[in-house]
Amino acid sequence: MKRVVITGAGTISALGASVPETWEAMREGRCGIGALDIRDVERLSIRIGGQVTGYDAQAHFNRQQISLYDRYTQFALLAAREAIGQAGLTFTGDLAASTGVVLGTSGGGLTTQDENYRTVYEEGKNRVHPFVVPKLMNNAAAAHISMEHNLKGPSFTVATACASSNHAMGQAFNFIRHGMAQVMVTGGSESMLCFGGVKAWEGLRVMSRDACRPFSANRNGMVQGEGAGIFVFEDYHHAKARGAEILAEVIGVAMNSDASDIVMPSKISAERCIVSAMRDAQIDPSEVGYINAHGTGTAANDKTECAAVAGALGAHADKVMISSTKSMHGHLIGGTGAVELLACIMALREGVIAPTINYEEPDPECALDVVPNEAREADVSVVLSNAFAFGGMNAVLALRKAP
Amino acid sequence: MSDNVQDQVIAIIAEQAMLEVEDVSLTASLEDLGIDSLGLVESIFAIEEAFDIQVPFNANEPEKSEFDISSVAAIVAAVEGLVKAQS
Repeated sequence: MKRVVITGAGTISALGASVPETWEAMREGRCGIGALDIRDVERLSIRIGGQVTGYDAQAHFNRQQISLYDRYTQFALLAAREAIGQAGLTFTGDLAASTGVVLGTSGGGLTTQDENYRTVYEEGKNRVHPFVVPKLMNNAAAAHISMEHNLKGPSFTVATACASSNHAMGQAFNFIRHGMAQVMVTGGSESMLCFGGVKAWEGLRVMSRDACRPFSANRNGMVQGEGAGIFVFEDYHHAKARGAEILAEVIGVAMNSDASDIVMPSKISAERCIVSAMRDAQIDPSEVGYINAHGTGTAANDKTECAAVAGALGAHADKVMISSTKSMHGHLIGGTGAVELLACIMALREGVIAPTINYEEPDPECALDVVPNEAREADVSVVLSNAFAFGGMNAVLALRKAP
Repeated sequence: MSDNVQDQVIAIIAEQAMLEVEDVSLTASLEDLGIDSLGLVESIFAIEEAFDIQVPFNANEPEKSEFDISSVAAIVAAVEGLVKAQS
């Protein structure tokens, strides 16, 4: 099997509009969550989120593009420009023919749907803009990345709720590992912070009204975020031959399903997924230095995840650092694993572990080193990134320092 | 009024638990009746719709909620309180 490395990364989220800005925010433990600035916010009971603020679409796209690009597509395109720019690749000939885009998203063009339902239902209009369908579809972002960068290989979108990005990146990893492509563009994007998007989440009664406090005994729910994370995955020898800078190596992935409950997580299944990822990566639990947790800040996830990590890592669980960066950027749902992979790369490359901010009270059911409130310098060589989705669909990635 | 609230709440819970109304005792907890976390939020939604009230309930911290869900009787009392506050 081929070795797979990451040669480009790009992002936009509440923490910043580039990878350096995001790393700086993670290093400082900055909170990107604040008051939501969206239409009809006064009709919501949840009024906070990790919103991308100060964003001006017209600074990046022309009028025709904006009429075709939902906010989630715009975020994906901006992150892809940064990632592909860093990788320094131009796609022509055979490379263009084999390179594809595998993205994770859950809501797709949800803002476009929300706006146009308003038009027909609330405003009673009988006509909508002609581009509603191409703008809202879940594969629009992947399609526009492929068009902007001439990527003619296999492209598609994966939708597994909160694990979408990890499933997508796992697929891209497998494409290269099995020699089906030398380069893949992958990651995820989400923008659900519109009235209908937040209202739907309110219904489940799992959202916090004040803050995302993963692993803290006083945690009271999740907070939504928005944004994208996009990466260039590349065959190691291909990257080496062209002298590309390698950010990290992807060494394993595991995906499985709880097959039990549509919303409640399963400790056994999460544990099995972590164990399988370590086995796939051919690593011993003692090698794992950091885990980027799913860490949603709900009562159920955080205690289940800690028990799963403790089960999977055994005695080493007491030594591993595990943090949830959702405390800073919120839960990007289908895009979350991609932005969280940046914390993994930061750990491997910069030797800085992103903290779990808003940590206030220890919870005996989450008795691991959650890197509370302040980033920590540490030399780690292997990291894991967890994603455990509604639907009981799990995906765990394993990464190693650049070879 | 209060009997009416009680009957309606019991009817909502019975439907959720797939039980006959007479099998829902006031002392039972939702767990006793086989109602899980999703069944609970669905019951609360049905109560909000039936009485046109807002029920303050966060599934992450049920114990901190002002809305007591420890038994059918507690839920009835909490709904009566909210209905009264509304009028």
